[in-house]
Parts: sequence; structure tokens; C-alpha cells
Amino acid sequence: MEFDPLLLSRIQFAFVVSFHAIFPVFTIGLATYIALLEAISYRTGDPNWARLSQFWIKIFAVVFGMGVVSGLVMAFQFGTNWSEFSYRSANFLGPVLAYEVVTAFFLEAAFLGVLLFGRNKVPPGVHLFAAVMVAVGTFISSFWILSANSWMHTPAGFELRDGMVHVTSWLEAIFNPSFPYRFTHMAVASLLTGGFVVAGVSAWYLLRGHAVTASRRALKMTLVMLAFAAPAQLVIGDYHGLNTLEHQPAKVAAMEGAWETREGLPLLLFAIPDAANETNHFEIGIPKLASLVLTHELDGEVRGLKEWSADERPPVGIVFWSFRVMVGIGILMIGVALWGAWLLYRRRALDSPALLRTLTLMIPLPFVAVLAGWFVTEVGRQPYVLYGVITAQDGLTPSLTGGMALFTLIGYITVYALVFTAGVYYLTRIVRQGMPDTPERVLDTTGRPKRPLSAADTPLDEAAEQAT
Amino acid sequence: MFDFTFLWVLIIGFGVLMYVLTDGFDLGVGILFPFARSEQDRDVMMNSVAPVWDGNETWLVLGGAGLLAAFPLVYTVFLPALYIGVFLMLAGLIFRGVAFEFRFKAAPNRRGIWNVAFFGGSLVATFAQGAVVGTFIQGFATEDFRFVGGPLDWLTPFTVMTGLGMVVGYGLLGATWLLLKTDGETQQWARRWAYRLLAAMMVFFVIVSLWTPLVDEYVRSRWFDNLTWLWLLPLGTVLVAARLWRSLGRENDAMPFIATIALFALFYAGLLFSKWPYVVPPSYTFRDAASAPESQLFLLIGLLFVVPFVLMYTAWTYYVFRGKVRADAGYH
Repeated sequence: MEFDPLLLSRIQFAFVVSFHAIFPVFTIGLATYIALLEAISYRTGDPNWARLSQFWIKIFAVVFGMGVVSGLVMAFQFGTNWSEFSYRSANFLGPVLAYEVVTAFFLEAAFLGVLLFGRNKVPPGVHLFAAVMVAVGTFISSFWILSANSWMHTPAGFELRDGMVHVTSWLEAIFNPSFPYRFTHMAVASLLTGGFVVAGVSAWYLLRGHAVTASRRALKMTLVMLAFAAPAQLVIGDYHGLNTLEHQPAKVAAMEGAWETREGLPLLLFAIPDAANETNHFEIGIPKLASLVLTHELDGEVRGLKEWSADERPPVGIVFWSFRVMVGIGILMIGVALWGAWLLYRRRALDSPALLRTLTLMIPLPFVAVLAGWFVTEVGRQPYVLYGVITAQDGLTPSLTGGMALFTLIGYITVYALVFTAGVYYLTRIVRQGMPDTPERVLDTTGRPKRPLSAADTPLDEAAEQAT
Repeated sequence: MFDFTFLWVLIIGFGVLMYVLTDGFDLGVGILFPFARSEQDRDVMMNSVAPVWDGNETWLVLGGAGLLAAFPLVYTVFLPALYIGVFLMLAGLIFRGVAFEFRFKAAPNRRGIWNVAFFGGSLVATFAQGAVVGTFIQGFATEDFRFVGGPLDWLTPFTVMTGLGMVVGYGLLGATWLLLKTDGETQQWARRWAYRLLAAMMVFFVIVSLWTPLVDEYVRSRWFDNLTWLWLLPLGTVLVAARLWRSLGRENDAMPFIATIALFALFYAGLLFSKWPYVVPPSYTFRDAASAPESQLFLLIGLLFVVPFVLMYTAWTYYVFRGKVRADAGYH
């Protein structure tokens, strides 16, 4: 039986990168929150803030550790499955990806250890500084990654010599046309993800009457942040979409499920795109709204998929539906955030079981929205890997066979399933264990390794808990 | 002669050596895991590498990213050629990393499964790295700067031999590390294993040294056409091995580990100089493999700023955790 190495490699990359992405998207937001908690704690000296910060640092440590483990694989995927693409674009992608690694090392070497283990060993000001630098570091890391990714969507600042990329302007290449939009969109997505997880866990603690003072404060400040960030994301997303329309109109056509170029394009709420027959089934839409969103005119013209030959079109169904999942969750997040803000204004938010339960249930949704968003943008630029320059087919490792790709695909799914299960199980245990009522024990840190996961001292299972 | 590309050879060469030496001894501790005398000894063994192992592995990621930036041809030929081996190595490293974290958090009667994962992951990752060395000696089937060989080119009797040699070598690094970091009965146990593994490693040294010129004509002519200074390397190996053997009998804690590091450095030098200037043998030199000068310079600026920092931090970590390790030493 013949397997298609291209399809399998795409599935493998999507799987590995999706699995990896959920960790950093959470840690970036969480690092910002921890830095904020540390700053308030430093200003007020109120132990409740330190208690909150300690708890979230534990979660941060485990998630950061899982991000590092899954990131190890990413460093090699470009070479194993996409060697042709890597070889031809190495002059730009190599240094930029290496800068990301270097930033992460610098962050870990200099500040992470102090944040995780230094609370009782360094002056409070130094600890706060470390927390801020860790947060800044996570943003710098994502700066490089998103620059590399954006360049693959909107390549700039280079020329081809014998098929090889040569950088002509580092500034133009790094700050390529889609980068500012993608970076802002992703940064706010990180804040939303971190915010909804913190809000959800705090709400759950309040429902159970655990750590009430600290949880009330955490929920209050998070609701305020979400009430601004969730609506802002809609505006940022709109600008990002306009940028995509300018540079990758085929992707936008797929997002809208638009086959014909037309004026007054309806915004489809539901449809089943049929690529073979170049049409949609069971369309339900709002007339002219898509034109209004995309061109800011009711009768603006939007190009349809038929403008491109069939082999230049992205897979419509995945892009169309991923986009609806992302936007749907986004609108739900805005609704919940505004509801929370309204109740907060009326001073009832923290006593409304309905809101608290909804927030608890919302915890997984930002992760789904982030992944759906990545599916829109990554599937939407098919068939290209470097947009308009190198197709995925041409970027594939020439020696790769379907059997090899299948072997590692199954392998990575198995490995990640085990790691992910263990990690999520352990995170759940930390959350269930909750925040200790007494101030943190002063740990003997002389023999303590400076590694992320050892910052969490929750036992793995009940038996271990009894043994300690 | 001396330009960015040459500087990058030194940087990557240094990074790979750092990786082999540092992750080598903690992988070696994993390889020795099933042979430990007791569960308490296993605690000691893990504690001895716990503070440093993930720092050791960061050199691997830096090496991967550095190669893509500075010598993309190496990156884009090695990884496709070693496709299955790279997967096994990564899976092994992930398993042992997870085992590391969760063994300490698990109940004592449930540590068996994490022990197996720690050993298995270390063994597979080490074997795969040894096979990489063997594949490098064998050379790669390339055409027009692309790998054109088969999926199992990296797995031949010769690479199996180098893979096993690497298992023994890392085992020796692990044993002499434990000799340095433990005392009493545990140290005596490590000493016995150091003797055995040193003997086994010299056997592999002889086999691989005799076999290599048969596998590769370039290496043969380099060593045998003229009497070169290269012959100082095996001479040094024999002298260092003898020094190591004697130090094992002399209740000296640090010398065996230092001598083992010297042995690895000599093997590494021998390997590189046998092939120099080829980095993707048999066809491409380090010049063919280099990226554009402006790309090499762009990354160099950041790296020269950060690497001293990482080195200082690494040295500091080793300094903080210096001295003997005991079972109850603060690790949770």
C-alpha cells in the first residue's frame, strides 16, 4: 500500500506544532499575569497576592516544562520532513529560528531560576525584576517565531539566487507585511488564554469555597482585563483579516466560502463547501455583511475562489469551518467577558453561581480557538509553504517515503499522548490540591535543582501523597 | 582561512563536544540504572544529575538550530538520512525526561515503570547518537546537495557497532561521574563498573579503529598513505586509557572522570580530522555546507552576546551542586 509522504508530513507537522503551540500560548499570558501579581504584591505587601503568584508559578513551571519537551521535536521537524524548504530558505529561517532558541536559553539561564526558586533567596525587588524579565522573554521568543512564520506567509526582504533565498534587508524580512498583525493577534490571544484559565480556576475555587480572598481578587482583576481584551481581539482580528485579504486573497475567499467574485458578498453562518463542484450546500448567510467586513463597504467587491486554478486553492472546508469555530468562540468570549464585567459593576459577579460555572466551563475554549485560528492561517496558505515561492510539494524532503512518514507520525502521536496525559493529569492534581492556607514553607533550596518542573512539589498520585 | 565560516566551525564543534560530554554522563547514568544495587542508590544516581541534565540537553537544541543557520546543508542532509534514528533519539530523550520528573513525584512502590522508562530512553537515545557517528564515517548518498539514499542507510553492521560503542562510552562517562559524586558502597559499585566499561570501551576502540579504514577509503588514505601527526591521537588514547585505569585503583575521585573526558575529546578530534574538511562526507566540505556570510554574521552577533552568559550560568550551576550527593538531598 502506498502512503502519500506529503499528506502524512503535513498531518505530522500540524499535529506536532498544534500540540506544542498550546503550551507557549498559555505560558506567555500566564507569565504576564504572574509579573502583574508580583508587582502588586511588591507594592502592597499583602500576602494574598504572593500566595496567588506562588500557585500560578507552579502551574507555569509544569506547562513551561511541557513546552520545552514538545519544542525539542520542533527543532528537528524542519530538517526531517521539509529539508528542501529548509535548505532553500535557511539563510533567513536559520538565524531567525536560532535567535528564538537563543532567547529562550538566555531567559532560562538568567531569570527563570530566580523566579521559580528565588523567592526567599533574593531581595523582593530582584524577584519582581525576574518575573518581569520572564514575561518579556516569552514575548521576545514569540516575536522571533511569529516573524519566521509571517515571513512564510508574506515573504519580503530577500531575493532568489539559483533557487536559494538570500536576505537583502533584514528589517524588511523580519518586519514583513503580515508580522505586526499576526504578532498583535497572537499576543492578545495569549492574554485571553491565560485570562480565561485564571478566571476559570478562580471561579471553580469560589464555587468550592476554597482560598476565597485570593480567588475573589484573582477573578476580579481577570474579569476587568478580559472585558477589554476580548472585544479588542475582534478589532485586531479584523485588521489581520484585511492584511490577509491584501496579501493572500485566496485564503480569505476560502474563509468566506466565496466561489464567485462578487459585490455585496453575504457572510455565511453555515454552509458545506463542495470543492469538487465548486459550490456550497445548505448556505445560510447575512446579505452583504462579508463585503462590509472585508471592504468596509456594503457593495465592495471580494474575489472568489474561481479566480484561482483548482491546484492554487487551499482546502476550503477546513479553512471555512476552522474560521467559524475561532470566530464563534471569540464572540462567546466577548459575551462572557462583558457579562462578567456587568455583574462586577453591579457588585454581584463573585456571587453569581451561573457566571462562576460558565467561567469554569470556558477553560478549554481559548485553546480550541487558538488552534482553529492557526488552522485557518496555515491550511489557508496551501499549496504553498513559502507563499508564492515554494509549494509544500517542492519543500518536502526528496528521500522521504510514505512508510517513513507514517512510522514517525504514529510514533509522535504515541509519545505525545503519553506525555500529554501525564502532564494534564499532574496539572489537574496541582489545581485540585489548591493554594496552601499557610504561607509557603521555606524550602531548603541548597540541593534543589534549578529546573522548571521541580518548582511544583505536588505528588503524582494519592499513594505518593500519603508517603510524603 | 580565518573567516565567519571557520569561526562557525569552531562554535558548532564546541557545542557538539559540550553536548556529548555533558549529556553523555547523564545518559550514561541512565544506562547504568538497572544495574544499581538498590532503589536508594537509584535515588542517589538521579540526584547526582538532576540539577544539570536539562541544561545539558539544551546544547542539542542549540546545535540543531545553529546548524540550520550556519551549515544548512549538514542539517538538511543529516536529518533526512537519519530520519528514523532522529525520531528514536527524540522519543528516547522525551521518555527519560518525563521519567526524570515523575519518578520523584510518584509513590515509592510505583517507581518501577519510571525506572524502566529512564533506562530505555537513555539507551535508545545513546545508541541512536552512536549510529549518527557511524553514519558520518560511512558517508551519505547525495546528489546535487540532496540526500538520495534509503531510509535504513544509517543502520548497518558498522553503525550498530558504533552505536554499541557509544552506549559503552556514555556508560563509562556515567560511571566515572558517579565515582566523583558518590562515596562509600555506591562509589565502590561505580568503580567496579568503570573498570568493566573501560575494558569494553577499549575493545570497541580497537574494533572501530580497524574497521573504519575498511569502510571508508578517504580515511584509509589519510591515515596510511603517509605517516602523519594524526597517529598522535591513538597514541594519546592509549596513554590516557592507561592513566584512567591506574587512577581507578588509587581512590582518586576526580581523575577518572577527567580522563574519560580526555578520551572522548581524543576520539572526537580523531573523527573530525579523519574527515576534514568534509562535513557531509564524501562529497561536501564545510565551505560547501555554509550559509550566506550575511546570515552567519547576523546570528553571530546575538550568539556572542548570549553564549558567555549560558556558560557562566552552567558553570555556576555545577559549582552550586558540587560535592558528594546523598539519597536524602533535598530533591522532590
